[in-house]
Amino acid sequence: MKLLLRQGRIVDPSQGLDETADLLIEDGRVAKIGSRIPPRGAETFDCEGLVVAPGFIDMHTHLREPGQEWKETIATGTAAAAAGGFTAVAAMPNTTPVNDERAVTEFIVAQARLRGAVRVHPIGAVSKGLAGKELAEIGDLVAGGAVAISDDGKPVSSGRLMRLALEYTQIFDIPVIDHCEDTDLSDGGVVNEGYVSTALGLRGWNAVAEETMVARDIMLAADTGGRLHVAHVSTARSVDLVRRAKRRGVKVSCEVTPHHLFLTEDACLTFDTHAKMNPPLRTEADRRALVRGLQDGTIDAIATDHAPHHTDDKSVEFARAPFGVIGLETAVPLALDRLVHAGLIPLPRLVELLSTNPARLLRVPGGTLAAGSVADVTILDLERRITVEPERSRSLSRNTPFAGWSLRGGPAAAIVDGRIAFSALDAGREPES
Amino acid sequence: MKLASRHLLGIEGMTADEITLILDTAESLAQVSRREVKKVPALRGQTVINFFVEPSTRTRSSFEVAEKRLSADTLNFSPSTSSLVKGETLADTARNLEAMAPDFIVVRHSEPGAPHMLAKICQSAIINAGDGPHEHPTQALLDAFTLRQKKGRLGGLRVAIIGDILHSRVARSNILLLRTMGAEVVVSGPPTLLPREIERQGVSVARRIEEAVEGADAIMMLRIQLERQTRGFFPTLREYFRLYGLTAERVAHARSDVVIMHPGPINRGVEIASEVADGPWSVILEQVTNGIAVRMAVLYLLAGGGEEAA
Repeated sequence: MKLLLRQGRIVDPSQGLDETADLLIEDGRVAKIGSRIPPRGAETFDCEGLVVAPGFIDMHTHLREPGQEWKETIATGTAAAAAGGFTAVAAMPNTTPVNDERAVTEFIVAQARLRGAVRVHPIGAVSKGLAGKELAEIGDLVAGGAVAISDDGKPVSSGRLMRLALEYTQIFDIPVIDHCEDTDLSDGGVVNEGYVSTALGLRGWNAVAEETMVARDIMLAADTGGRLHVAHVSTARSVDLVRRAKRRGVKVSCEVTPHHLFLTEDACLTFDTHAKMNPPLRTEADRRALVRGLQDGTIDAIATDHAPHHTDDKSVEFARAPFGVIGLETAVPLALDRLVHAGLIPLPRLVELLSTNPARLLRVPGGTLAAGSVADVTILDLERRITVEPERSRSLSRNTPFAGWSLRGGPAAAIVDGRIAFSALDAGREPES
Repeated sequence: MKLASRHLLGIEGMTADEITLILDTAESLAQVSRREVKKVPALRGQTVINFFVEPSTRTRSSFEVAEKRLSADTLNFSPSTSSLVKGETLADTARNLEAMAPDFIVVRHSEPGAPHMLAKICQSAIINAGDGPHEHPTQALLDAFTLRQKKGRLGGLRVAIIGDILHSRVARSNILLLRTMGAEVVVSGPPTLLPREIERQGVSVARRIEEAVEGADAIMMLRIQLERQTRGFFPTLREYFRLYGLTAERVAHARSDVVIMHPGPINRGVEIASEVADGPWSVILEQVTNGIAVRMAVLYLLAGGGEEAA
């Protein structure tokens, strides 16, 4: 099977490429990039005016399967991912049962092969049962297909366990992804501690509870030589800690979510549970610092932390609602509108954040359009107009804080392994020329 | 004039004119409670459900008396021992209450925003009788009523609010109301019980209670809940009283005509000395009396009553 993407603007930071050209896909691989490639039986897509980029990879997704299939399944979550322009997602281990043993990892891999619209890279647990006590069988998880470990949703509270994880994972060269929160200090907080917690009388989640764990993890990464990836940084000082650690050569990377980039704590002022997530939305000063972190290279990736929750679970008192928002279908349009069109970062930088870097950090296929690499491609239409309509989401859940937002730019197609996983394009057979 | 909202969810968003309207209406309705027959027909045929998910004696009784003096039919529903324990959500409980076609639901709940949620679901008018540490608008209104009665005005007064500001819905609603009416507000309490960025609510913060009460026209004391000590916000009740308890000696820093207020129930010897609670400055029991007139006014106005009350 051959696909020819004609005359798209090919943006591939892995090769320093930003030029209009044809891209030929053959047998699930990128065959070549050239100025005019004859179709020779390939199905052709006219990509004039569109952007052709290496497939986007979401480093931080909750697919809920196995165990919470009423919120999301591997089928629905990956369909949402494809429609959102992603060709791969990394699935967090807080499923039921927890992905802390190989059988669960293999189930996820098998289910993704059967029903997944995009690639699924399982993330194994750091600790058995996410209990934070003893290491899971990490070697077995990796053998089953895990690309990283994390106790996500829960921090690795024990300093000793974190140290052991950062040491032990060096056998496999995989990152330890930490949800940084000193839960003693965050003390059951449900919104950022500050103006909003004071105005609403809700328990505050102090920013230092994140920063102190980021600092601890960085010191442990420096001490052990392990690879640390900080999940969803949300505060100015967290970004600064990572910035300074990188300068010192510590093996640390970090990601930021769209909601922390484009919303502040003010979104909670109406008690809207769709604005409740962990870490919480922060201040405008924090938000601006996150954007600067994207601009200066401190932040490596934009990741969704797609966290589907049923409407029933979100339709309760604010403090009792679960943390989390969905994000697979909104991340790319938000980033194009609010970062690229807003002039805050150039398009190639966005491709780095969504493709090149996640592939490099997780050591997974993709992140490049170099000849011979897997044919995972995201096609963007920078002028597509999108209104966020939760009821039309491919996800089983509706918990987005961006409902009604009108955005410019979005995915036009997602190609996974040379096959079209999502498309808003018109195919044409064998054009003249 | 009428109130802009059909609910009373908080002082947040209310204008000075609306607050004045409620206080003026309460003044007219206060005389009902002094009559031989303490009843007017203003809410005859209307049903009020007092939906108290969190225990309360004072506020619930005050609402009930106010409702009865307006001739409303009242029902007290305290589901702490029934449906909510059985796993029913607040929204579903509210829909069940709503199915009985009440005109008003007066709600007390431990979670901030619970009344706001009901207002989105229900056709009835929702009155917030306290939502966790968020707001307690009728308490602030009755405090304002008492203060205005004593001082003849609210604008320009200096009011000190002392104690656990962090967990206090009374403090939040009072700060909003007093600032809207042009009073000066200073808060004081242990730094562990002062919420972040409280200054952005337009108040000043005094480290020591003596500074806070200096030149005050009114001192509002907040109840210290024993649970706060077990969570470590201060070491002992003894030390709390030594540092922030209101004694006669401390009252002497205020204006000679200062009034001492407390939303009750008071903890003698914890936040307030008996000599102060029972002393000549205290208006604590008048607050309770005024609560009825103010709650009558709120119900009356939300039911569509106009300026010429009773």
